[in-house]
Amino acid sequence: MGGIPHDHYEPKSNFTKGMEKRLPVIGLLYDTLMIPTPKNLNWMWIWGIVLTFCLALQIITGIVLVMHYVPHEDMAFASVEHIMRNVNGGHMIRYFHMNGASLFFIAVYLHIFRGLYYGSYKAPREITWIIGMLIYLLMMGTAFMGYVLPWGQMSFHGTAVITGLFGAIPFIGESLQIWLLGTPNGAVGNPALNRFFSLHYLLPFVIAGLVIVHIWAFHTTGNNNPTGVEVRRTSKAEAEKDTLPFWPYFVIKDLFALALILVVFMAVVGFMPNYLGHPDNYVEANPLATPSHIVPEWYFLPFYAILRAFTADVWVVQIANFLTAGIIDAKFFGVLAMFGAIAVMALAPWLDTSSVRSGRYRPQFKIAFWLLVADFIFLMWLGAMPAEEPYASLSLVGSTYWFAYFLVILPVLGITEKPTAEPTTIEEDFKAHYGKSSGSSATPAE
Amino acid sequence: MANTDEHDGDRRDFLYYATGAAGAVATGAAVWPLVNQMNPSADVLALASIRVNVADIEPGTQVTVLWQGKPVFIRRRTEDEIASAREADAEVATLQDPIARNNNFGEDNAEPATDANRALDETGEWLVMLGVCTHLGCVPLGDGAGDFGGWFCPCHGSHYDTAGRIRRGPANENLLVPIAKFDGDELVIGKED
Repeated sequence: MGGIPHDHYEPKSNFTKGMEKRLPVIGLLYDTLMIPTPKNLNWMWIWGIVLTFCLALQIITGIVLVMHYVPHEDMAFASVEHIMRNVNGGHMIRYFHMNGASLFFIAVYLHIFRGLYYGSYKAPREITWIIGMLIYLLMMGTAFMGYVLPWGQMSFHGTAVITGLFGAIPFIGESLQIWLLGTPNGAVGNPALNRFFSLHYLLPFVIAGLVIVHIWAFHTTGNNNPTGVEVRRTSKAEAEKDTLPFWPYFVIKDLFALALILVVFMAVVGFMPNYLGHPDNYVEANPLATPSHIVPEWYFLPFYAILRAFTADVWVVQIANFLTAGIIDAKFFGVLAMFGAIAVMALAPWLDTSSVRSGRYRPQFKIAFWLLVADFIFLMWLGAMPAEEPYASLSLVGSTYWFAYFLVILPVLGITEKPTAEPTTIEEDFKAHYGKSSGSSATPAE
Repeated sequence: MANTDEHDGDRRDFLYYATGAAGAVATGAAVWPLVNQMNPSADVLALASIRVNVADIEPGTQVTVLWQGKPVFIRRRTEDEIASAREADAEVATLQDPIARNNNFGEDNAEPATDANRALDETGEWLVMLGVCTHLGCVPLGDGAGDFGGWFCPCHGSHYDTAGRIRRGPANENLLVPIAKFDGDELVIGKED
């Protein structure tokens, strides 16, 4: 597969020869696993495996939980308590599933920021990036609908808020909200619980399909690497100086990293399983009272802060309101800003004008990038704060930088910045970092 | 068949378009029920009105009832609350939402959002509204919460005054007044058949 020259699968026995003629599945697996991989990949290239693990963990624990869960407004909360108290090992399985979602999002954010720093989104890997963004959106949808299922206070009122976002869309919003929730006045109730359960079961399999396309796409272009310099492809001998096969070198490295991450994960699941949750969600849903402080799960907080930042007294909101004769009001503006924050990230391949791929050789970009990381954490903190000053104004500052990074800094820096010298080959970079042992297969990338 | 380009508008072209059109219609017809099944079902639509006995509600207190899956605030206001709401009537045209949002005037009402147009009775003692923040649907806190002495939505900080009008924050409409009327000691919320 792909443009990097390498040895393809050669069937040896009669059985494999026959198999390869009829269904070349062994060859497909071999080429996938033996793909030449840049040998200078660092520890930020482990998140793909972690994410694959998370998807498998969530699907397996999820299928088991469904064996005990009842998606009905009168029984959902009790059935989750039944899982926690009566089902053999049920509490552990549920805690794996709950915290698995958090591990999933930690990994995906590190994976995304890795891509942003090393320019993994740039040509020719735009399709990989876009599919990754689609996976991220589906992950958010799946996580949101999964959070509804225990039918606690946060589940219920979180659903009211998030489906309310769709109600903010001009003209069609109200009918859309009624259609999503299945009640004539847009109340959250049993119809919503049922359909979210159905979709929460479906979407992970859609994600699994997209993961295959994601892997297919970057196996076609080849991996990016910390230098952003492409693997030499003129001959197999040259390509082999820049790469090592994925199996066993990178698989073992990734599994080692996964083992370390799982040590932390198991400690969280075992000793502090509710640390990342909200106590309010252990109170059964009550449509008559909203918890005094309603916040989404931590992984939605940065975008939640952006949603809340744009109130009617912000001048951009007033201008938008005036220009569109009231069609874009404060509420819809907030929704647009929230989805826009993800959209500008998805458009990064076309907004970044720099011909240098890796941030390692872009001194000014580095500053802007780390500010973006700080901004993300800042917004995450703000999203958890109550809706009052000074948090509202600070959210506006945070949101402004988020958009400025993608819409102003990325396009302008590519033109004004003077990058430092890139290494000419991956081999050169590898030798500079890992000694002069010529990078033979005896000394693989760390 | 050597050169199909020369045949324009012949019988085969007609068959292609006709088949394509029929296929599109059939696909649409198959997809629509799958979409429409998510709209409110007949039993949910049938729950129209409820009756609440309000004889025991003291001035300055609020009762919250569930109607069609949503909370309804029934507040018996104090003199101070009424006065404070009527004071703001002077600036009604410049309020964040100048429309009454009172369904007793019809669904698309455009009456000004004066206190009299929102309260249920002439004295203004009774105020009945959906307890659903018009921003994103949280249930606002009552009993004088917020900077205007009425309601405050804890989710995103919308402040409503003592007439349930939005005064500050991200919400864009006043709290909705549902169809309601008194029948003796009972308050009827929703349209009775």
